[in-house]
Amino acid sequence: MKVRVLVSFKESVLDPQGQAVKNALLTLGYDIIKDVRQGKVFELELNDISREEIDKVIPEISHKVLSNPIIERFEWEILK
Amino acid sequence: MRFGIVVFPGSNCDYDTLHVLKYVVKQEAYFLWHKDHDLKNADCVILPGGFSYGDYLRSGAIARFSPLMQEVKEFALCGGIVLGICNGFQVLLELGLLPGAMLRNKNLKFLCQNVHLRIENTDTPFTNKGKPGQVLNIPIAHFDGNYYIDGPNLDKIKKNNQILLRYSSADGLLTEKDNFNGSLDCIAGLVNENKNVLGMMPHPERASETLLGSRDGHIIFDSIIDYIKNDR
Repeated sequence: MKVRVLVSFKESVLDPQGQAVKNALLTLGYDIIKDVRQGKVFELELNDISREEIDKVIPEISHKVLSNPIIERFEWEILK
Repeated sequence: MRFGIVVFPGSNCDYDTLHVLKYVVKQEAYFLWHKDHDLKNADCVILPGGFSYGDYLRSGAIARFSPLMQEVKEFALCGGIVLGICNGFQVLLELGLLPGAMLRNKNLKFLCQNVHLRIENTDTPFTNKGKPGQVLNIPIAHFDGNYYIDGPNLDKIKKNNQILLRYSSADGLLTEKDNFNGSLDCIAGLVNENKNVLGMMPHPERASETLLGSRDGHIIFDSIIDYIKNDR
């Protein structure tokens, strides 16, 4: 079983790296770009565990370890 | 007085800190290995600068789960004096002993330079040897020092006088130009509610000998020594 966790900055937090990417894209002429937010992706390969366990453990480790809840939020999905 | 300096894999200011405490301010000082569970009766615990665990995930995010951090947390919650310098500050934030978080510097550059710091509150174990408004010259060396805290909590730490050090000009003015890393409210160092835990991005151990350009870092160490001596 594989799970993907996506961590990104909260809307209220300035993301200087996202800003730099945005400026680079605008410089290249991609004026369709309105804003860029940069984040992190984690792919977790799991041992055989039940769906209930996944629902319990993945938010727990995403909150406790993978993200810093003061500045970041996370979402997750099961890949296969 | 006994200073315990916590060593993580990737710490690189541990020896500088030991040198200053042992040979410059002439106190008992020793290393504490992060995998142990013993603070060896330290009066003050220091989390030194560096790149614990290579700064992987987020600065300080993995070091906070080191075994010794349980003891450090208990020590701090019982009123023990804890000082986190640079990466040590980041560990204290991740550990939740101090409020807020660090973002990448606003100009996306690793900043290694001398900066001016204004002392905002001298009624603490870390700054009692300073004068209110005094400007210190101490170097910074970091990538993630852009301090962030949400509005309600910023009001709280301001009201409780928890901000000890702010980036300023040489004459003590707060300007955007002197706030090199973009920290909210120019915050360079702050304490917890009980004022026994300090996190600061600048390196006092790199500014404790005239030969190295500044002795201003002494104020931090001398204040701690004075506080602990009088507390006994």
